[in-house]
Amino acid sequence: MGHDTAEWVFVAIVIAVLIYVGVDSWIVQKAVEDVPADAEVIKVTGQQWFWSFEHADGTKEISTLHVKKGHAYVFEIYSRDVMHSFNIPDWVVFEDAVPGHTNHAWFAPDTAGTYPIQCREYCGLLHYNMRGSLVVEDDKS
Amino acid sequence: MVLELQKPRPVWQIMFSTHHTDVGYLYTITGLTFLFMAGVLAMIIRTHLFFPGQGVLISDSATFNRIFTVHGLTMLFLFALPVANGIGNILVPIMVRYKDMAYPKLNAIAFWMNPVGGALLWLGFADTTWVSYAPYSIIRAPGPAADMFIFGMKILGISSILSSINFVVTILKCKHPDLPLRRVPLFAWSMLTVSLMTIVAMPTYAAALIMMLTDRLGISGFFNPFAGGDPIAYLHLFWFTFHPEVYIFLLPAIGMMYEIIPRFSRKPLYSQASGVFAFVMLGIIGFASWGHHMYSTGMDFTTKVVFMIGTLAAVPASGMHVFNFLATMWGGRIKFAAPMKFAVGGIALFFSAGAGGVLNSAMPLDFISHGTYWVVGHMHLFLTGTIGFGFVAMVYYMFPYITGRMYSEKWANVHFIGMFWGTVQVFFTQHLLGLEGMPRRIYDYPPEFTSWTQLNQIASVGAWILGASFAVFLASLIYYSAKGKPANMDDPWGLGGKYYYPVAAKNPHGGHSGY
Ligand code: HEM
Ligand SMILES: [Cu+2]
Ligand SMILES: [Cu+2]
Repeated sequence: MGHDTAEWVFVAIVIAVLIYVGVDSWIVQKAVEDVPADAEVIKVTGQQWFWSFEHADGTKEISTLHVKKGHAYVFEIYSRDVMHSFNIPDWVVFEDAVPGHTNHAWFAPDTAGTYPIQCREYCGLLHYNMRGSLVVEDDKS
Repeated sequence: MVLELQKPRPVWQIMFSTHHTDVGYLYTITGLTFLFMAGVLAMIIRTHLFFPGQGVLISDSATFNRIFTVHGLTMLFLFALPVANGIGNILVPIMVRYKDMAYPKLNAIAFWMNPVGGALLWLGFADTTWVSYAPYSIIRAPGPAADMFIFGMKILGISSILSSINFVVTILKCKHPDLPLRRVPLFAWSMLTVSLMTIVAMPTYAAALIMMLTDRLGISGFFNPFAGGDPIAYLHLFWFTFHPEVYIFLLPAIGMMYEIIPRFSRKPLYSQASGVFAFVMLGIIGFASWGHHMYSTGMDFTTKVVFMIGTLAAVPASGMHVFNFLATMWGGRIKFAAPMKFAVGGIALFFSAGAGGVLNSAMPLDFISHGTYWVVGHMHLFLTGTIGFGFVAMVYYMFPYITGRMYSEKWANVHFIGMFWGTVQVFFTQHLLGLEGMPRRIYDYPPEFTSWTQLNQIASVGAWILGASFAVFLASLIYYSAKGKPANMDDPWGLGGKYYYPVAAKNPHGGHSGY
């Protein structure tokens, strides 16, 4: 194989891999962003340095969020001061809380348990400690 | 190259000189000094994170936030840029066969802005992070640190624009008429590319800094949502400059590898044309991907897709460099002296870093990696693994030409093994920490998270190895520049044949040039 052919083959392989990555990401991201119609809204507010939550029925919680297993929830994410990022790593819930904007993320937990909630965008002094927990409870009703 | 340090001169003669090699030394030495200063900060950070929940070395988060901010700013703007400019100053005029840079005084001024900007950053010691996102940097970051950060970055930005103009004019206008542009060595091409990119990219950030300053003063509210502004606008302006800027950091190191690889493979470069093409491509497409830093800010789906395509489109050009290096080495009689070891090590890390970058740019995966230690690992594989290795390779390569003496191959090998091992251990581990969900920029983490603790401790040990290897580097630079064996100036590495030394202009004030 000539020198130039080798290089073209190499570039073609790289481009093929990239196209695969791109198309696959497109498909997955499209699916991920498709919020189920029956998802219940939870308002999430970030502020230095804790998270607070408001359920659809008006109940409010600070730092610890209780949800029911097997339901879909969509988070409406706000910030009261600087940028934060709402993150439940175990459920790949992740979206920035930007003052002046409302962002969305959704999930439908299917195993009960307690999971960490954290902030993943630098927000100052106690950014490291802007932690909370998510409690997924069995739905008894 | 140049032999000027061989006949010792009073240091002020170098300091007040406008000659390109002198300015080049000043840049390089300043850059290396800041490398060691920022390296000490990194060691403090990593040692601190070895012990969760104990406040070792750093007892409050305010100090921690300041330390990692200044570490990052210093490594990027006071180490990476000055060293690239330093080597560029020394080599580019020789490569285009001109007597000096186009504007020698401007060159010296651009250099002297660096210590001033550096002093502002270090005396201020801001806690804004290097990205200094609004509105934190506006409504919460304490002054005067944040204001000194703004002025420091302003000065460094202007300096980088001035030196870029100088490189562009030197290469395009002062080049010897017998030398066609396409035959200009690839290192000079890399400097030309990054200089043009700087001129396009940097003014945007310069404007954003002024807007941030007036926002802080309460005169305006561009990025302040509580005064009608939008923080997302700041992110766009910032990343419009700084995604291209990451290639501005990278390409000079790639250019340095192009100097070293063919010579130590004792073979001509595989393809000059494909090297030029890849530089220019990256220089253009690099401007189409800044949004990949903002996927999670609430960007809509279509915008995300566009930026993902822009990011992926820049990758083949990086791949072409790797191919060019490998094809050059293929079948060569390779001599693994220090410059070659570091260059090849750097290429290996470049490849793995690029693979990680591709995963970042895939939108769904970025929601796992963004804002975690994965990103810290990613950028450091480039900044330490590729740029650091390229620069170190170049420093060993220039050492005999500059000092007239030879470094010790044995100690250089110790440095190489330590640096490669350390880099892999710290930054690969940080990728794993990211997958475990550990956010970046955190002062402390819960000790009961055992997987975080273990991975952090592995990373910290790697950092100590890396730090120790740099202590070896510093000691041998100092020792062998005074006590090393006199180098054989015609062929310091015994590669044989003048052919492999195109940089033969040993006397800058009137010698011949091999190009
Ligand atoms: C193959 C080429 C590359 C690709 C595909 C790539 C991709 C990415 C992506 C998608 C991100 C965003 C990650 C996130 O924050 O979630 C990122 C971050 C970053 N990259 Fe790269 N990158 C590449 C090359 C480079 C190079 C050459 C450098 C530096 C020399 C670099 C330095 C950085 C830095 C500093 C960040 C993080 C900035 C921050 O948030 O502080 N990247 N890269
Ligand atoms: Cu935070
Ligand atoms: Cu980028």
